Amino acid sequence: MKQAENAESVPVLDVRDLAISYQTRKRDVPAVRGVNFTVHQGETIGVVGESGCGKSTIAFGILDFLGTNGKVVDGSIKFMGREMVGTPKDELRKIRGNNISMVYQDPMQALNPSLTIGTQLTEVLTAHQNISHNEARDRCIAMLKRVYMPDPANVLKRYPHMISGGQQQRVIIAMALLNNPSLLIMDEPTTALDVTVEAAVLDLVEDLKNDFNTGIIFITHNLGVVAKVSDRLCVMYAGEMVEEGPIEEMFTNPAHPYTRGLLCCVPRIRDDLSNNRLWSIRGRVPHPAERSSTACIFAPRCDWRIEGKNLKDKSLVKNCTIAHPELVNISEDHRSRCFLGRETIKTPWNEYARGRKKKLIHVPEDDHELTSLENLLTVDHMKVFYKSHNRSLKNILGLAEKKYIKAVDDISLKVVKGSTIGIVGESGCGKSTLVKGIIGLEELTGGKAQLMGLDIDMPVKKRDLSLIRELQMVFQNPDSTLNPSYCIGKQIARPIKKFKTVSRGKEREEVERLLRSVKLAAYYYGRYPRQLSGGEKQRVGIARALASRPSMVIYDEPVSALDVSVQAAVLNLINEIKEELGSTMIFIAHDLSVVKFISDFVAVMYLGQIVEFGPVASIYPPPYHPYTEALLSAVPIPDPKAKKQSIGLSGDVPSASNQPSGCYFHTRCPRRKVLPENGKICEEKAPKFQKLKNGHKIFCHIPADKLLELALKKNKI
Amino acid sequence: MPDTAIIENNTAKQKPNRVKEALSILFSSKTAMVGLIIVMFWVIVAVFAPYMTKYTPTEQDWKAPNHGPCAEHVLGTDELGRDLWARLIYGARVVLVVLPVTEHFMLPGGTAIWGVLVSLFIGAVLGLIGGYKGGWIDEIVMRLLDAMMAIPVILLYLIIVAAIGASAVNVVIAIAIVGVPGIARLVRSLTLDIKTREYIRAAETRGESAWVIMFVEILPNTRGPIIIDAMLRVGYAIFAMGTLGFLGLGMPPPSPDWGSMVAKGRAFILTGSPWAALWPAIAIASLVVGLNLLADGIREESMRYQ
Repeated sequence: MKQAENAESVPVLDVRDLAISYQTRKRDVPAVRGVNFTVHQGETIGVVGESGCGKSTIAFGILDFLGTNGKVVDGSIKFMGREMVGTPKDELRKIRGNNISMVYQDPMQALNPSLTIGTQLTEVLTAHQNISHNEARDRCIAMLKRVYMPDPANVLKRYPHMISGGQQQRVIIAMALLNNPSLLIMDEPTTALDVTVEAAVLDLVEDLKNDFNTGIIFITHNLGVVAKVSDRLCVMYAGEMVEEGPIEEMFTNPAHPYTRGLLCCVPRIRDDLSNNRLWSIRGRVPHPAERSSTACIFAPRCDWRIEGKNLKDKSLVKNCTIAHPELVNISEDHRSRCFLGRETIKTPWNEYARGRKKKLIHVPEDDHELTSLENLLTVDHMKVFYKSHNRSLKNILGLAEKKYIKAVDDISLKVVKGSTIGIVGESGCGKSTLVKGIIGLEELTGGKAQLMGLDIDMPVKKRDLSLIRELQMVFQNPDSTLNPSYCIGKQIARPIKKFKTVSRGKEREEVERLLRSVKLAAYYYGRYPRQLSGGEKQRVGIARALASRPSMVIYDEPVSALDVSVQAAVLNLINEIKEELGSTMIFIAHDLSVVKFISDFVAVMYLGQIVEFGPVASIYPPPYHPYTEALLSAVPIPDPKAKKQSIGLSGDVPSASNQPSGCYFHTRCPRRKVLPENGKICEEKAPKFQKLKNGHKIFCHIPADKLLELALKKNKI
Repeated sequence: MPDTAIIENNTAKQKPNRVKEALSILFSSKTAMVGLIIVMFWVIVAVFAPYMTKYTPTEQDWKAPNHGPCAEHVLGTDELGRDLWARLIYGARVVLVVLPVTEHFMLPGGTAIWGVLVSLFIGAVLGLIGGYKGGWIDEIVMRLLDAMMAIPVILLYLIIVAAIGASAVNVVIAIAIVGVPGIARLVRSLTLDIKTREYIRAAETRGESAWVIMFVEILPNTRGPIIIDAMLRVGYAIFAMGTLGFLGLGMPPPSPDWGSMVAKGRAFILTGSPWAALWPAIAIASLVVGLNLLADGIREESMRYQ
């Protein structure tokens, strides 16, 4: 409908056959080519694709921020009907400053830490328009109100570090909208934020689109996010636009094999529990220098070409490796860069195999039997406090009251042998500190921990070597998990030598066996980390952790930094290893769908405490702890039809050095109103665990029956 | 199941690639190439010094003292009739190619280079310990080094050489001591960054000792900035050697020392024979500038495409 209104008017942005190259020492490398899309007023174009596919390059190309070595080599960018390519820089700057705004991924880096927010916001107005300082200030306050910023007049006086990440992103959005731009480019605006904050920012973007009638380009790698905010979707692969169309059609009838692959490889929160494999796209995104211009770039990874799928006429794929496909019309408004054209649509996209039956740990019904299960790890009232640094004179003299940051506050946890326990929660809630305490990288302030009946409450330096080898860890960041100075083989061999898992001289054999078990070929032995992709590095990290043959492996967000197709492959690998070796795992993630996919038990953490714990089959259906409920409702679902309302959590996670009284969650709890006196008890008294069946525990004052009733009522609406 | 995994089969030929990449950085920077040419000139003449002149550095030609450049003496002679070209290139030898420990025993590697190597070793150890261990160890080490840095460099050189006497080995010791604080600070700051990486956490969870973590896991990753810094420091060390020589605290005469050549030749500048002071001054300046250009060129080029 919106499009019909603007059909005659000039589109805000019209990009045709855009190609951008970067100069490097050796040659020009094409980063983007063949990009076509149009942005109308009040329309949001989502751009998705894995990293390295040229999403951000398009944004920088539109803004002409390509740096000294990048340039637009072909095509046209028309902004409000005016050609931008070839326009002198000075003129471009004027057009951009007033009409195009950009929101970046990391809000902390986009704001100047040494200027107040007020100065930075008013500068936007006074720099481009001739208005007085007071007027600018008033307009800034109005705009901050518009983005639902609490107490805007006060916020203007603050510095960026004094407000939270979600609020910073609101300030950035307000700043971008101050000049009433015709085009707003958002480059991964929610990637650095927690789910609950992300949900709020997305709601805001949706609102603003309706009010300001701005054209938005929304760049993201997350299909769930894009489904929530976009009207149209562009899928980028290896610098090319491979498919483009209206959002609903793209999600119901994706035509390009890559789009289909992307849609299939994300674990979904509504998936059946019985899946233990995800679809994954074979291979990896080719490096810009390796991209062929005479073949389909997706051909080496395409299952339609390699396996044929349901193709009756195999001759359709004969051109894939010898000619470069052009965009073909799938329907009037939907184009795909594939020789198969409409052929793929005949097969429903979700018909991809989603795997074998998952062997769930048997969870006994009653509590007595539950305690009889063999526990590999028990954590008993664990506390990890950090001393807070306070450089006042009083403190130096030792007079001030000692303040602690309670990162892990009285956590008790049992991990059943052979099971996987998933730990979820927003950032800053103590997930990582908990596992650091278990593995011995942080000293415990109080409490006990036992692994296989042996005490592990001392730091790793004081542990016995035989104990150390039983507990190993896989880290989050693929770029820093491997030492760049040594080849892969040596790094995996190091724990083998240290713990003497195989006899001397057989190390190389063992390394190759480990490499095979993480699906890497033996010739990776001599490779260096910088030659590996993120997913491969993460596999090596897993191989290194498995090298000491541990009985328990801790995975600290192992897939959160990976692209979805790679994430799927790594998750499959972890599941396979678990089945083969029967190892016990702790799996930390902030993504609830991933945790659901991989775990047998789930612990939800908030401010250093576990607020809900139970077998995975009991956590995801109601009743929920109010916090779990909010987290679940905030997860963006990759389906544009699922326009559900998330439960907004007010405020941010309180500081761990100054916890609220009573129940830590009472300051943000959306459900406490149901208790008498508006939940006065929540402020005064910490709740006790309510024990439900199957070992499901909820840390809340509200009775479980009531929670169940509330959750069901909300789902009905 | 199409699991990603085994991809293209490239045979491993990594080592040569690495060297090739380093060379391609070197060759693509004009600044670095100019520096390299200057430095290589001095290294080559120093290495082949005995074949580059028919004179020895102490041989005196009584017929031609304070002579300008001529066919017999390419760069002229000094006040004792010694060939300046011979003295210049034998002087380069002491700086860049050999370290005369005693009169008969010489170590390969020049005085300036030995000085920097020793300070690198000590500085790296102190920096690693301070950076990795932190706490009071770091506090003590860094405050001591700060105290050293508070003394002007020239004064520090003079104090050290005056205290232990003037000889090639003592110059090495002086260069080493003066260089330690700077290198220790550099290594410490690199260590502070690297120790937050996850591969260090991985080493800790395997129960590696602090020494292994410092020298096996951290040190190799600091090499890039350290190599650049070391090149600059060799330049400073040559400068320092010149200064010490000029003040009469360098190599004992009659060995060909650039600094003392300038000091001796200085007296004859106004009498119409500036050559004895000019050539060694140019030599010092060109070598220091050359090393600086080389280091800067490499640093800029390696940052450019990141």
